[in-house]
Amino acid sequence: MTKPNELTIVEAARALRARDLTVRELWDACFAAAQEKNPELNAFLEIFDADEAAIEAAQKRIDAEMEKAPLLAGIPLAIKDNILIEGKIASAASKMLENYRATYDATVIQKLKAQNALFLGRTNMDEFAMGSSTEHSAFGPARNPHDPSRVPGGSSGGSAAAVAGHLAIAALGTDTGGSIRQPAALTGLVGLKTTYGGVSRSGAIALGSSLDQIGPLTKTVEDARILYEAIRGLDPLDSTTIPDGLYPAHSVPQKMRIGVPRHLLQEGVDAGVRSAFDATLKKLTDAGHTLVDIELPTSSHALAAYYVIMPAEVSANLARLDGIRYGHAARGEKLLDDYLRSRTEGFGEETRRRILLGTFVLSSGYIDAYYRKADAARDILRREYANAFESCDVVAFPTTLSPAFRFGEKSDPISMYLEDIFTVTANLTGMPAISVPMGTLPRDGKELPIGIHFTAPHQGEDLLFAIGAAVQNAD
Amino acid sequence: MATREDVQKLAALARITVADAALDKFTSEFDAILAYVGQLEALELPKDLKGEKPPLRNVMRADGEPHASGMHTKKLAEQFPAREGDALSVKQIISHD
Repeated sequence: MTKPNELTIVEAARALRARDLTVRELWDACFAAAQEKNPELNAFLEIFDADEAAIEAAQKRIDAEMEKAPLLAGIPLAIKDNILIEGKIASAASKMLENYRATYDATVIQKLKAQNALFLGRTNMDEFAMGSSTEHSAFGPARNPHDPSRVPGGSSGGSAAAVAGHLAIAALGTDTGGSIRQPAALTGLVGLKTTYGGVSRSGAIALGSSLDQIGPLTKTVEDARILYEAIRGLDPLDSTTIPDGLYPAHSVPQKMRIGVPRHLLQEGVDAGVRSAFDATLKKLTDAGHTLVDIELPTSSHALAAYYVIMPAEVSANLARLDGIRYGHAARGEKLLDDYLRSRTEGFGEETRRRILLGTFVLSSGYIDAYYRKADAARDILRREYANAFESCDVVAFPTTLSPAFRFGEKSDPISMYLEDIFTVTANLTGMPAISVPMGTLPRDGKELPIGIHFTAPHQGEDLLFAIGAAVQNAD
Repeated sequence: MATREDVQKLAALARITVADAALDKFTSEFDAILAYVGQLEALELPKDLKGEKPPLRNVMRADGEPHASGMHTKKLAEQFPAREGDALSVKQIISHD
């Protein structure tokens, strides 16, 4: 029999309703697995003590409402360390916020609490979500459960390791340029980046505000849909959240037209990833879906545009962290010394690098050449995708160029940035995207997961769940 | 080409200190990143690109008090590195000497 901590949300919810399992037993199984495996995986920065009142309330709700109880009632979730839970530390894996205790719940946390979900702990990540491996965490990297000598991806690498290692049933991450989808791909999970504005960002520690979205990392597509439905919706605390039906509706056809930009796959893609991608597409066409060749020429400039826009927003967002009101507070002789010392001591190397880069691209004399050009690239990308979606329902490519890499393998910034080459476009255009497992590749005696990536038009999440389920069912 | 002085200037603007020992590494990495993002120069913008209006714009909440006064004061004040009562304590900004 599957251990309780290895269940999916759907399976656990079913077991709880059938009384095969109590909320307490499910919590204890996840808590014990987290205690046992975390010393190796470093997935959690903190594992929370059992909240007896929350466990009891979840059990009561299931007992009282049975099938009508929310599916997430009593389900232990892992929460990325940049999402605020009132009273808990939210450090964004930075020395700067090491002792910062959240003064309110993020909207997504409020929504999950309303469903009586449980929180197992806060997960490791790259500092302020800047990175693709968790190697930029101020508290040591998380490790990939499939091969602990390799990265779990990032920045939501701790959330990915927690779910893939069966420490938690599911997790929340944030995705600014691929930070949910890339770790999901590298650990064999489903990861969803929602339409920009689909999920409230209130209570998420900002990285790039025009790019950030909170989303699920789960074992199945159905679990991702459940978690997404639980956290989504308009929020008066985030004026960028969008109402249903803001964008044209898309029906979900039985047989999907899958757009494939083959011109993007000519270079850099690992041969094993490429053949797994082709094999997955073959399974989909065998099941009756069709392939359409599409062109997205500006995609080759997407990563460059992203590395202008994101640092620009970083430099503005992180200006608030100055050692005066909260966070790391070092003191010097004058007020300016307080700022300099607090920020220099509090921020890690990659964070400082991106703040400087952002300061540069926004400085007068460079703003036209860099920032405005990058902003225009976003418009072109949106237009190219809109054109592509006239002939297809979703766009497909591999989530990453290769499977999980070893620690230290990508030590120069650019090679790390290239990890996001396929995923950043969805953040630039605001379109929803999902990564779904597409098998494993053997490396040094280990089987390493890889993912297939689909993008849909704005508010087309249902298309992603449908094509994701088609990939899952094709296995 | 970014120089050591450029990086130091940016760091000063961003209220960050880059140690002398790290300056060369930082400068060369900075250069490599700028060279990479510099490929945007080759991107030709279509003449009809005016910047599309996003479907959601200028969202404002209604005027009024979002919450009762003082509701969050205690929790926020607990985060202050230095305080006098519920007030945030900071260094004197303007001096007379």
